[in-house]
This record gives sequence, structure tokens and C-alpha cells, in this order.
Amino acid sequence: MHELGIVFYIIRDVKKVAEENAVKRVATVVMNIGEVSTIVPEYLTDCWRWAADKEEILKGSELKIEPITALTHCDNCSKDYPTLAYGKTCPHCGSPNTWLLQGNEVEIKQIEVKT
Amino acid sequence: MDQVKVIEIKKSIFEDNDRDADRLRSELKQSGVYLLNLMSAPGSGKTTTLIQTINLLKDKIRIAVMEADIDSDVDAVKIKSATGIPSIQLHTGGMCHLDAEMTRQGLSGIDLKQADLVILENVGNLVCPAEFDTGAVRNAMILSVPEGHDKPLKYPLMFSVCDVVIINKIDVMPYFDFDLEKCKEYIHMRNPKATIIPVCAKTGEGIDTLANWLLQEVRDFQR
Repeated sequence: MHELGIVFYIIRDVKKVAEENAVKRVATVVMNIGEVSTIVPEYLTDCWRWAADKEEILKGSELKIEPITALTHCDNCSKDYPTLAYGKTCPHCGSPNTWLLQGNEVEIKQIEVKT
Repeated sequence: MDQVKVIEIKKSIFEDNDRDADRLRSELKQSGVYLLNLMSAPGSGKTTTLIQTINLLKDKIRIAVMEADIDSDVDAVKIKSATGIPSIQLHTGGMCHLDAEMTRQGLSGIDLKQADLVILENVGNLVCPAEFDTGAVRNAMILSVPEGHDKPLKYPLMFSVCDVVIINKIDVMPYFDFDLEKCKEYIHMRNPKATIIPVCAKTGEGIDTLANWLLQEVRDFQR
């Protein structure tokens, strides 16, 4: 299970921040997940429930996911387009000379805590 | 009463690992040890390909192997008995990949003064290992013919992080309608710079090309 491994990294980072800020309990963890990050949001929240409940400070905490739309930039015509619909080929000019602008994020945005 | 507050983090979960991997890479550069991260799906022939390649190289450079699996030590035992080189087994404890920290722990079990090349055989998986930088100098992957020539389209990240793609089991191409040219085209769509080496680990075809590529890499790295 790919998402479970990711959850362990989130837990490690969140626990570190919680310790540094003398947090008693984490209520919510907000994640920014890019559309092409290969993370399935439902699996991530399922794994979160299982793993977070094993940590005293994270028991019952909610994992909220804010998706980030994937956008690709074309170096040939300088336009941006949605990656999911068109992949690596620019729909405006047909060039393959493109790169991912955003949408690959697996980022902890913020946590809501009780101190 | 407890106070509720929001702490902003805005941090990629890969950030710590990426930093750790860069650190490991520069340590390895200083000690002149070339680390190759070898990835693939389960059953692609990683271990057999390694044995053939190592047997061509072991008189020219000093090699060690780290086998990463969720469980068992069959691969480490097989490498050691077929090549005679040092080989250790790492267990990921259920995790589907290795990260830089786990790689560092594995390397501590190897005498690096006695090694020019360390090959890390990553967990058989085309998704997670691509996301976690191990600190290796180069990433390689094996795609075997029965998996199909369309895999670069299905696992874009894996193919875009690999410097070399080894296509294994080319002796059975006619039975699987495997289109080698299409496959090369798809790989280059993901990574225009990827080196592609077709081999058959069973018959030994192409293994010399792979061994020469690796030997040149190690020599350039140590120069």
C-alpha cells in the first residue's frame, strides 16, 4: 500500500512540529495533494485513520485534502493547459516541449491544534 | 480552556528525504563509491540480470549488493552463491520502498573501503520507489517483455527518474507482441535522455553492453 508509506512520513513531520510547539492534541491536518501526484485521496484518508489513531497526539484527528489542479506549461507557445486532459502534448500548438507547472504536490499545508 | 490554533507548515513530505539523499550522495562521492539504485516490478529478472552483469565485472571492479525486500533473504543468498561477492539483505518491514535513511543504514553493513560499486536492488514496485530519492548516483530500472511495451505510459514517474532502462527477456518478444521501437519511443517521451539497453539475462544477450555502460559510469565517477 503506497499511501500508507506516505502517511508515515506525514505523521513523522506533524509530530515534529507538534513537539516544537508544545501541542497537546492535533485536531486536523490539511494536505495539499496535486492531481498527478499518484496519491489516491480516499486511500490516504483511510490509511490516516488506521495509523493516526495509534498515536496519542493524533487520535481522532482528521486528514483534510485540498486538491491542486495539475497545469502544464508549453515552452513553444508559452501557454498553460490542464495536464489531466492533454498530458505532455500541448493542445494549443501540438508541441511536446512542455513541463509540469503544478500538480505534483504532496504537501502538509497546515495543522489545527489544541495547546 | 484549551486554545485552538492553526500552525502553517507548507512543506513537502519529500523535503527531508531529498535533503538526506543529497547529503548521502556527496558522502559517497568523497569516498569514491558509486551507488546504483535498481528498480523494477516483481519478477522482471532483477536478480538474474545482476548475477550475469556482476560476473562480467567482478574482476575489474569491487562490487557489493544490497537486496531490499519486504521479507526473506532468498535474493541475497542467490547473489552471494552465484557471484561470490558481498551481498546483504535489507528488510523494509512492510514498506514498499527504500528512502535515503534506510539506504544509509544498509550501507553501514558494507565495507565501503572495499567497494567501487554498490548496487541497491530496490523493492519490486513501479510506484513508490520512484518517489523516494535513495541518494544513488544513478537510477536504473528493468522492464521485462511480458509486462508490455506500454508500461512507460502507465508509470510515468518511474520512467522519468531513471537514467537507464534495461529491457529484459527480449528472447520472448514474439510471444508477447512486444514492440521494442514503440517501447523506446514511450520511454523517450517520459525521459528524452534515458539510455535504453535491451538484454536477455537468461541467454546473456546484451549483458556485455550493460556491463560496459556500468563500468564506464563507475570509472568516470571515480576520476
